Amino acid sequence: MTTTLTPTRARHDDGTGAGDTTPAPAAPPRRRRSPDASRWAAVGFAAPLLVYLAVFYAYPLLRNLDLATHDYTIRAFVTGDADFVGLANFVDVLTSPLFATALGNTAVFTLVSIAVQFSVGLALAVFFRSSFRLSGLLRALFLVPWLLPLIVSASTWSWMLNSENGIVNSVIEAFGGTQVNWLTSPDTALLAVTVANIWLGIPFNLVILYSGLQNIPDEVYEAASLDGAGAWRTFWSITFPLLRPVSAITLLLGLIYTLKVVDVIWIMTTGGPGDATTTLAVWSYREAFGTGQPDFSPAAAVGNVLILIALVFGLLHLQLQRRQEAS
Amino acid sequence: MTNRRTWWKTGLGLFFTVVMLFPVYWMANVSLTQTRDLRSDPPHWFPWAPTLEGYQSVFANQLPALGTSLLVGLGTVVLTVLIAAPAGYALALLNLRGGRALNFLLIVAQMIPAVVMAMGFYAIYVRLDLLNTIPGLIIADSTIAVPFGVLLYTAFMAGIPRELLQAARVDGAGAWRTFRSVVLPVSRNSTITVSLFAFLWAWSDFIFASTLNRNGDLVPITLGIYQYIGNNTTQWNAIMATAVVASVPAAVLLVLAQRYVAAGVTAGSVK
Repeated sequence: MTTTLTPTRARHDDGTGAGDTTPAPAAPPRRRRSPDASRWAAVGFAAPLLVYLAVFYAYPLLRNLDLATHDYTIRAFVTGDADFVGLANFVDVLTSPLFATALGNTAVFTLVSIAVQFSVGLALAVFFRSSFRLSGLLRALFLVPWLLPLIVSASTWSWMLNSENGIVNSVIEAFGGTQVNWLTSPDTALLAVTVANIWLGIPFNLVILYSGLQNIPDEVYEAASLDGAGAWRTFWSITFPLLRPVSAITLLLGLIYTLKVVDVIWIMTTGGPGDATTTLAVWSYREAFGTGQPDFSPAAAVGNVLILIALVFGLLHLQLQRRQEAS
Repeated sequence: MTNRRTWWKTGLGLFFTVVMLFPVYWMANVSLTQTRDLRSDPPHWFPWAPTLEGYQSVFANQLPALGTSLLVGLGTVVLTVLIAAPAGYALALLNLRGGRALNFLLIVAQMIPAVVMAMGFYAIYVRLDLLNTIPGLIIADSTIAVPFGVLLYTAFMAGIPRELLQAARVDGAGAWRTFRSVVLPVSRNSTITVSLFAFLWAWSDFIFASTLNRNGDLVPITLGIYQYIGNNTTQWNAIMATAVVASVPAAVLLVLAQRYVAAGVTAGSVK
């Protein structure tokens, strides 16, 4: 749920009727009745948020670190007298054979998902750029997969990919193929959940890239067409380069979301068969909540490793955004 | 632009949309299929003999879950707006000290995986006896929406013409009255966008529901579907019927509030 707020977008393109309120350029220094009063008013209005962040963000994260650095059993969980073990949980996690598997699955799932989502999203955005009959309606319908609760989409995909009764296998068999055990064979399960995740992510990419395209002035395209550039040429020499900043942000955001995904995979395969679809996030979820025997300490350790990875890309994203705002 | 030249695009666009929405069609199709036809090979592409047995079982079993989800969704909306709107005002218009740092924190907050938050909340709720309660779930769900809400409000409020605020000040309004009578009414559309997303995320949430509310009597609809899948995998028409019902808020939003949805995706974003 990362937010990109490019200032122009927020003001003009948010469709909330704000387009006509031209914001005053840097507010002129104005006289205040009392600067102190206003400062306290600011703190007062921000106070609920500050308290909220401390209690409902910082505190759970601290508890999580506490879990990761202690040896919590179920009993210790309630009584709260777990032994401090320092970084032992992290060492266990990093040296576990599952770590390499989970990291590999996370990499494949994430990179394939965002590469395909982005390419398809970009192609569709370019397609929808020129308005045609029904284009607005069809574009709106493309939002549907993204708006549906994940459990709905994931269970629909599960049934479509069901080995015996799924529509996908039925089509394959109608064309002379053989039944594929999409979700129950270790060879195809990761592919299956990745396909479902791609489907879920296309709308997001389409919407962001489409709005990026809207910011490319029509004159540039007109000039290109006067110069006799074809569609292909126009795309590679105009659309793609001019869209690069938006593309970079879309890709990074996609990366950060996809790293966190638990529900799609959990609902479709619970990380199985074996560990074939266990990503870092799924691993963490499974240790803590997925089995009858909750094992919070390793789960929290995996979770903290995941936070670190997400933050690296997150900071990269922030830096990119800042550079864009500066230019 | 002549109409004839764009017709093929409409055709192609329709084709893409049909491919994209096929899973949604399939969900509706299966939800109307009779139980004995579920396993027929090849599957029925169209519910020629539609049945409502799936939906009957939804209304027989899932009404409390729908009510819970509705309550949790509305609670999340209220909590999110109560915290985000004043914070946006402070950040955008009151020159809050350390505003940039706070902005940064909010963006970072959005990158934290939900499963990590869920563990932290679980550890806290065990002690406070908040597991399996509606307020507990509302608080957890609101963490998805609050940073988004603050950033959206801030971006919008920063664009409010200063003259408007100065006029209020000339009239003798303090910060609170300016907020209530000028800033909030002007930001109505942002409130709608924030509320829509807060509701939709809370309604769709699976991770917090499945960790913090899994044993209670009051499970939300997402967990209702999940338990259904676990219990009777043969009744896929009932599962898909529940899924259709659970998708109603999304459909309503798309029809009634599409522009706010697009605004939310573009201004901020989400999954």
